[in-house]
Amino acid sequence: MTTLTEAPETPAAREIPVRRRRPVDRLPYLLLLPCLVVIGVLLLWPLGQVVVMSFHQLNNVRQLRGDREWPWVGLGNYTQILGDPFFLTVLRNTVLFAVANVVLTMILGTLVGLLLNRLGRKMATFVASCVMLAWATPALTGTIVWKWIFDDTSGLVTWLFNALPDGVSETLFGRSDWTGYGWFNSPLLFFSILTLVVVWHSFPFIAVSVLAGLKSVPSELHEAARVDGAGPWRVFWRITFPLLRPVFGILIVLSTIWDFKVFTQQFVLAGGTQDRPTFMLSIYSYAEAFSPPPKYGLGAAIAVILTLILLVVTGVYVRMVLKQEDES
Amino acid sequence: MKKVALNGAGLLVALFAAFPVYWMIATSLKPSRDIFASTPQPVPAHPTLDHYREILTGNLIPGVTFADFFLNSALVAVTTVVLSGLVALLAATAVARFRFRLRTSFLIMLLVVQMIPLEALVIPLFLMIQRLGLYNTLPSLILTYLGFSLPFAVWMLRGFVAAVPKELEEAAAIDGASRAQIFRRVLFPLVAPGLVATSIFSFITAWNELIFALTFINDQDRYTLPVAMTFFFGRDDTAWGPVMAASTLFTLPVIVFFLLVQRRMVSGLVAGAVKG
Repeated sequence: MTTLTEAPETPAAREIPVRRRRPVDRLPYLLLLPCLVVIGVLLLWPLGQVVVMSFHQLNNVRQLRGDREWPWVGLGNYTQILGDPFFLTVLRNTVLFAVANVVLTMILGTLVGLLLNRLGRKMATFVASCVMLAWATPALTGTIVWKWIFDDTSGLVTWLFNALPDGVSETLFGRSDWTGYGWFNSPLLFFSILTLVVVWHSFPFIAVSVLAGLKSVPSELHEAARVDGAGPWRVFWRITFPLLRPVFGILIVLSTIWDFKVFTQQFVLAGGTQDRPTFMLSIYSYAEAFSPPPKYGLGAAIAVILTLILLVVTGVYVRMVLKQEDES
Repeated sequence: MKKVALNGAGLLVALFAAFPVYWMIATSLKPSRDIFASTPQPVPAHPTLDHYREILTGNLIPGVTFADFFLNSALVAVTTVVLSGLVALLAATAVARFRFRLRTSFLIMLLVVQMIPLEALVIPLFLMIQRLGLYNTLPSLILTYLGFSLPFAVWMLRGFVAAVPKELEEAAAIDGASRAQIFRRVLFPLVAPGLVATSIFSFITAWNELIFALTFINDQDRYTLPVAMTFFFGRDDTAWGPVMAASTLFTLPVIVFFLLVQRRMVSGLVAGAVKG
């Protein structure tokens, strides 16, 4: 380089101004380095490692520490899981739960978003603040409160059912005394309450996002449609929905990803990892790996299956976001 | 008529959303005999702070009180926030201020890693923590939460850095300021509100986390709040007064922070739009 600058008349000198205009600046890479190290070590390496672990038989903490060998079992863990009829139960629980929760969260969230858009200013602020409370509450304490509401002796729901006239309660449910009723004992009831808790936690995000989308749509369109005599149902499907289609797309994908890996709410509601009939993939993986006797390899294989399912959903999501960034 | 129906629906939504939070606080203020009364009281008739006194001063295990778990959680969350804010600010500056070859690839990677199901990483991270000899230490959690909060922090800060007018930095450069000076004197003060908002998100992530804390910590005196709550209260379903008091103490900081971020977020984004 220095020799070239000393001899500007040579043909090669023409390269210099080109290089000067776009020097390779090391600074951005230097600024990125700590971030790349953290993501690499704490997210990408474990992601690779979980795959490696799923091909080994790992039943001992000493193996994890590296003091003992890792016997290679190939696809053994996978064939064991996929061959177990219990896996089908878990998969069915996971998929049905995710679908039910995404549908309910989207419907409720959208309705509340539309409602907030129509309410007067003060009322909208009040309702939005209450909705924010549900959003802000940590999954852990939100679930504990719902568990208290469904407590079998002094819970509010038990009291409400007890307050029903005995005759009505008897004909509808076949019992009039609800004290001591195990709300979490049957898988169907358990999943219903879990759905209530998860939808309660997640509809605010949908409502606020839909509201933000609605604010960006010119209101003249809705007014024109209403003047033409279209009902709210038609206005929504013919005007609102097509305009907000990209927003809905991303919200559905995000909800799907979140509802596929629900853990805290289930763990707290079930009081640990003993309630096998209500297992879903994430808690199944955790229980296999960490409940004694530990089966880290088996748990890792289940985690890989969960990750693969979510990878497909993520692929859809990333394509949507990139498409939107291109458009804007 | 229509307005009444809309307002009625609004009130129902507000009730559904806010009731559990209200019920948590109301229960925490009732004496035990009112909590277990055969007819629930909508409003505490004999409000008392007994349950708060009980959990704050009583020993859950010998020598360990609720306040110790509070401190453990705060220590983990605050350290995570500081580290994650620092690393994220550097990366966000790189992405928002420079055009370089791998920029788009980096952004796509950032988007993808946010989708990694963290629940799937418990087992390999447990292995890593064992190998590093960090099992049963609070730094094991700080490391883990740093990894979890960073991608979103960079993604969010990127917008705040981009919202600072480039002209200010160029003016400082013409006045002879070095890159480090520009970063410290011009960019940093203007991005600070955004950094606060981002930090709060990282804080909430670390503060709320349960699974990893449950797995990586063995000694009871090192439990974080979420673990302590599931361990001491999750198994004893009858002590609803103290449980609700503990839940309230755990939840209130999160709600306050969350509402702060909401406002900051909106103002930050709006300011950016106007300037840009």
